[in-house]
Amino acid sequence: MKILKNFIIIFLLLTFNNLYANENSERNEITKNLRCLICQGQSVYDSDSDFANSMKILVDKKIGEGLSEKEIYIYFKEKYGDWILYDPGLNKNTYLLWLLPILIFLFGGAIIVKSFILKK
Amino acid sequence: MKKKLIPYLIILIFIIIFAVFYKSLKDTNIYTPETKINNDIPIFSADLLLLNENSTSTEIFEFDKFYLLNIWASWCVPCRDEHPILMSLSKNDKLTVIGMNYKDNKKNAKSFLDELGNPYEKIIVDKNGTNSIEWGAYGVPETFIIYNNKIIKKYIGPINQELLKEIQKIIK
Repeated sequence: MKILKNFIIIFLLLTFNNLYANENSERNEITKNLRCLICQGQSVYDSDSDFANSMKILVDKKIGEGLSEKEIYIYFKEKYGDWILYDPGLNKNTYLLWLLPILIFLFGGAIIVKSFILKK
Repeated sequence: MKKKLIPYLIILIFIIIFAVFYKSLKDTNIYTPETKINNDIPIFSADLLLLNENSTSTEIFEFDKFYLLNIWASWCVPCRDEHPILMSLSKNDKLTVIGMNYKDNKKNAKSFLDELGNPYEKIIVDKNGTNSIEWGAYGVPETFIIYNNKIIKKYIGPINQELLKEIQKIIK
């Protein structure tokens, strides 16, 4: 009986925790990927500035309106430009950023293949 | 043949790296926000200060008219500096000055206007700051020039005499 009682208490505690942890998870995930434009190197999630707090409220509102994560990013990108996203899309300003690592990786791979595998 | 290629390749890589760094060396590292213009104005509905009524964007902004939207707050010091300029702009027939009261309380906002005068035809209340974000604003003060429901110009920070001349040129 005592074991059952303890089990129920632990079970309840665990489920309550879960409820709280999930409350803002979608909002937190989105605000972590949005740059606080008036702060130095902080995301909207990290910041407590006026701007960031309003952004959080607006993200909540947009989630409430049924917008998906991607749609919310597009929405803010239209307002503030690419800079607001921590994960910039591929365009003419960022192609080097995205392609250079792949090129270097391929180049390095080619050297390894050439000097170690083909030599044998 | 292969051995001859390697030095050329290394030189080429160095040239590319040099070019990339040289280009970024000349870029300014002070971030200036992109002022996205020619965006449509957001669709919203908000309370109006002093009038105790609700209004929508389509009611406030009509086609074929110049509007100046100024985001302000009674606690914002630079807003005090630009207020005389807004007062003189409000006398211009071709331009309607609309205010947006940003994160302020009604009492302070009213005494601010009593003290310095009210240049605004209508004042939108933005209690939690979300409305100004929908406009793409960064903070206070900020000024937008609107024509045909499009943002044609945006000024971050207080307006000065130089910008006043620019605004007068735009609405001519």
